[in-house]
Amino acid sequence: MRWMYHIGRYMRLLTKSFRKPEKFSVFKSLLMTELESIGLQSLGIVALLSIFMGAVICLQTAHQIGGWIPIYTIGFTVRQTMILEFSPTLIPVILAGKVGSNIASQIGTMRVTEQIDALDIMGVNSAGYLILPKVVAGVFIVPFLVVLSMVLGVGAGAWIGVTTGLSPLADFEYGMQIDFRVFDVVYALVKTVVFGFILTSVSAYHGYFAEGGALEVGKSSTKAVVWSVVIIMVSNLVLTQMLLN
Amino acid sequence: MIELQHLEKSFGNHHVLKDVSAIFERGKVNFVIGRSGSGKSVMTKCTVGLFDPDQGRVIYDGRDFTAMNEQDRKVIRQEIGMLFQGSALFDSMTVQENVEFPLRMLSDMSEAERRDRAAACLERVELADASTRFPSECSGGMQKRVGIARAIAMNPKYLFCDEPNSGLDPQTAIVIDNLISDITAEYQITTVVVSHDMNSVMEASDTIHFVHKGCICWHGNREGLLEGGVKELEDFVFASDLMRKIRKTV
Repeated sequence: MRWMYHIGRYMRLLTKSFRKPEKFSVFKSLLMTELESIGLQSLGIVALLSIFMGAVICLQTAHQIGGWIPIYTIGFTVRQTMILEFSPTLIPVILAGKVGSNIASQIGTMRVTEQIDALDIMGVNSAGYLILPKVVAGVFIVPFLVVLSMVLGVGAGAWIGVTTGLSPLADFEYGMQIDFRVFDVVYALVKTVVFGFILTSVSAYHGYFAEGGALEVGKSSTKAVVWSVVIIMVSNLVLTQMLLN
Repeated sequence: MIELQHLEKSFGNHHVLKDVSAIFERGKVNFVIGRSGSGKSVMTKCTVGLFDPDQGRVIYDGRDFTAMNEQDRKVIRQEIGMLFQGSALFDSMTVQENVEFPLRMLSDMSEAERRDRAAACLERVELADASTRFPSECSGGMQKRVGIARAIAMNPKYLFCDEPNSGLDPQTAIVIDNLISDITAEYQITTVVVSHDMNSVMEASDTIHFVHKGCICWHGNREGLLEGGVKELEDFVFASDLMRKIRKTV
């Protein structure tokens, strides 16, 4: 029954967060800060992982195929893997570690140092002030990071395929284009929007209800990452079933 | 004036507040004293609306705070200033931005007006030259003064101070006590100070409420405090050798 308590409290927190901001100018400025914090400051890690994953997928596919399997399968596999699963699912999982822990520890520290109480006593909607800009920023910026990841991953796959001589560029390009459906990208982006929402709101929930001191803030940060990843994985299954069938 | 009427609050099986009634008068520094865990902080949190009492009423100048919805409470909340035990300043903002924050969020003041008001509040607590510092660059005493400046920025009618002297040296503690007293008299605020520091009580209190095991078992003033009369109060007040010596001289 404990999980029902958490779901109820999470829903109430979201309701409180999505009320009209006290000052739109303040909300706009906080949103810009969050876009930078969640988006720009994650560019490096997203780019690094995507380049290496695209390259490794290319090498592994080349290692697996042979005989009657055509060489353009390398391009096809790199594209499908990056677009369907790696970029839309694993990038949010990685962001849950980087951004989620940051959100939970930031809000958790504010909770245990009574800064959230100070906001509430002033008459400021603390949940709206702290959580809404993060969630909106997450929903907007994570899809951009994922598209960037797709492009870099596929590009790195092509580069490693050509430079190692495993796949001529023409074959890779042909594989990339074969049986391409725009819906696959739409499906990936829909998932990404949902995952952006989950990783920011679940992390904020754990931070907002942190209790105690530094130790508990650390624990809430860990819980935020673990639960964000678990919920992203479950949602991934549900969304894939819903969208692809 | 703030009135607490028959407040009750429990957490699970732990009955923290038991039929607490009190009156905090306007223009006076009303102290709430008691041992750690006696229920002082819970009482304050019920008063400012951070906790909802299980029973009883909190009345701000005739307005029943406990019966209001969130939207109506907002009006009263904007009349409340609070100084927290750990100051609760926003780490990411400078001292000036901290003081400006409630004005920015809750008033229609222009940027210039906000800046002037924040500067005046910082001037009042003698921190005009610290406006560009971050809280982490300020001493404990300075942080408390910034907390007071932020609390008075919106011209509050009610000021709550939770352990304002904790962690401060005696001289700085007296500066904070005097500042709270002066501001209370100057702005005619209803001030409630939660403390277990007897120096502060003797320095700044106008009225005193003693909380013991969730009940207010004594209330009066400084002179009455030294006379004692209630065993729990005497145990608390005269726990230190210094206070026992003071009692003998009185």
